[in-house]
Amino acid sequence: MNLSQLHSGETGTISALVGDPEIRARMQSIGLRVGREIAVIRRSRFGGPLQVRIGTTDLLIRPQQAMQVILA
Amino acid sequence: MKRIALLGMPNTGKSTLFNRLTGSSARVGNWPGVTVDLLMAKVLLGVDMVEIVDLPGIYNLHGFSEDERVARTFLEENPVDLLLVIANSTQLDRQLALILQLQALELPMVVALNMDDEARRLGIQVDTALLTRELKVPVLSISAKQGFGMGRMRQLLTDTLAQVGTAKSADLNRVFGDDDALEARLDQVFRSAVQMPLTATDRLTDRIDRVLLHPWFGLPLFFAAMLALFEAVYTLGAPLQEGVAWLLQTIKTEAVEAAVAEWHPMLQSFLLDGIFDGVGTVVSFLPIIVLFFLFMAIVEDSGYLSRAAFLMDAFMARLGLDGRAFVMQLMGFGCNVPALMGTRVMRSRGLRLLTMLIIPFSLCSARLQVFVFFISAVFDPWAAPLVLFSLYIMSFAAAFLTALLYRGRLANQDPLLLELPPYRFPTLPQMWLRGWREVAHFLREASGFILLGVVLVWALTHYPADVAPAGPETLAGQLAALFAPIFAPLGIDHLMTIALLFGFVAKEVVLGAMAVIYGAGEGELAGIVAGSTDWVQAYAFMLFVLIYTPCLSTVAVLKQESKSWRFTALAVAWPLALAWLLSFTFYQTARWLGF
Ligand SMILES: Nc1nc2c(ncn2[C@@H]2O[C@H](COP(=O)(O)OP(=O)(O)OP(=O)(O)O)[C@@H](O)[C@H]2O)c(=O)[nH]1
Ligand SMILES: [Mg+2]
Repeated sequence: MNLSQLHSGETGTISALVGDPEIRARMQSIGLRVGREIAVIRRSRFGGPLQVRIGTTDLLIRPQQAMQVILA
Repeated sequence: MKRIALLGMPNTGKSTLFNRLTGSSARVGNWPGVTVDLLMAKVLLGVDMVEIVDLPGIYNLHGFSEDERVARTFLEENPVDLLLVIANSTQLDRQLALILQLQALELPMVVALNMDDEARRLGIQVDTALLTRELKVPVLSISAKQGFGMGRMRQLLTDTLAQVGTAKSADLNRVFGDDDALEARLDQVFRSAVQMPLTATDRLTDRIDRVLLHPWFGLPLFFAAMLALFEAVYTLGAPLQEGVAWLLQTIKTEAVEAAVAEWHPMLQSFLLDGIFDGVGTVVSFLPIIVLFFLFMAIVEDSGYLSRAAFLMDAFMARLGLDGRAFVMQLMGFGCNVPALMGTRVMRSRGLRLLTMLIIPFSLCSARLQVFVFFISAVFDPWAAPLVLFSLYIMSFAAAFLTALLYRGRLANQDPLLLELPPYRFPTLPQMWLRGWREVAHFLREASGFILLGVVLVWALTHYPADVAPAGPETLAGQLAALFAPIFAPLGIDHLMTIALLFGFVAKEVVLGAMAVIYGAGEGELAGIVAGSTDWVQAYAFMLFVLIYTPCLSTVAVLKQESKSWRFTALAVAWPLALAWLLSFTFYQTARWLGF
């Protein structure tokens, strides 16, 4: 299961980040860390980005990158 | 002199604190990546002058975007005595990571936990004493925006500086990326020092977002708000502008004309028709500029820019861009130059170049002056705001068309990962600072190359001296005749051609040049233009002004940021061609339809 599969309002726990190491490092430093709970607040239409929330931080992430966030 | 470097993640309030500490007016905005270049200022701390450096925000020490590189290179190449690390108190669960990484540099450090006001409102409690013990560096809670804790901050900086040894530059190789050890330490420190309430979300922001990011109404609301904003700038600004124009005209007839009446007629003409009318016309638009930038300050500080990125990203992706490119277009409405610099946050070169190619189409405040003038001179008052809005739409259309044409050659591989900060509102001093910044900038330009442009236009339109000013025999007339085959099909006459040619330097010069060419101050100029131009000509002229090269500063920044002459040449030539084509199509079609 990965982040892009969550509907808005659903939550999951990040279990791994996969893909390009540079992008992974980027995701990590902006707050997408293994073990954190992540919630999808809303999804935009036409395959646009997701608004997600980790703790008090809200982020925009595109579905392609959301697929690299694996949930437990 | 000792040196303090301000370091922290983007959008944590580094520039706000910098302004507080040094009294500078660095640009502040609720958007990660406002500062993309170094800023330095000197300030007296205790008895010593100290240099404080504001740096672009960094997420870690391994980032490879251009703005992060600026921060890294600065640390590597310049000795600093003290790092002032700033973190957002409400987001310590992720921001502590950077502090822990920076500790590996073994430079003296002070930590400022900013936005204490927001942390309190959310019910987040940070034990600064415990953090000080854990991190073994001084930690202080502050609110740079409200000014809480600034006295203690100054004292702490002074005391710490008194104890530091010799300044060192940073050895970034010491710092490793994220690893399990860091992760564990981060968790341990965070748990012991920070108390979070069960739900620490900003309810108001959530409520506003439910409306502004609504799946169906989000975008229509955005455009409605934009229309309302331009309408407000126009309806409030136009009378103010006329007021200043009237004032300048009165000064001219009541005081200046009498003062120079005895002088040589040529000198009189130079001073009155050249400098006074030319520069005066430009200066009369100052109130509109200030008003416009006050609105911009509210928009940029509101946090809406990131929301605009959310709303537009899917569409922009189809153009080979992303939501951030759209935000840069919006920033470009103020001035294209900072928007071009703002693309430094993009890491893919293709994306960055494509964005830089479309930003110059953004209708900047200099072009706004030209349009406000023409629209109020030629169009009915009820139609005026709509005409202005249509030009903003054209500005987007030209940009999107360009992206569509060039997306294949400038491909984008940058992932979009963007923070969505809570909604904020600028304080009155922040707005005042922004307004003042723009006034200073405007006056600097007016006294620099706008003055120069106006003088040049006067010389061209008054040489040789024995023919009618601006007539076909003058240098200006001959120059215009040379370009007539190009501009006549657009309905742009000789005199306006001269103004356009000088507008290449900067759009502010266009109106100054027209005042000189027609030998009239702003007050009379509108009447003259209304008499000699119909609305089709005026609109064709405005389309051309909108789309062709905005100004030399933009060209210089395009070159500086792209480091490529070929790209710069493209970014100048393509808009010129597009401007001509669109203006031609509009003018000929309108005439053919019988207007
Ligand atoms: N509530 C609150 N807002 C603050 C505080 N300090 C700064 N801000 C706001 O936070 C936003 C970011 O401030 P900046 O000073 O531009 O942040 P920065 O760290 O320089 O950001 P970059 O240059 O983009 O890295 C602005 O909207 C500020 O008004 C504070 O103490 N409290
Ligand atoms: Mg800044």
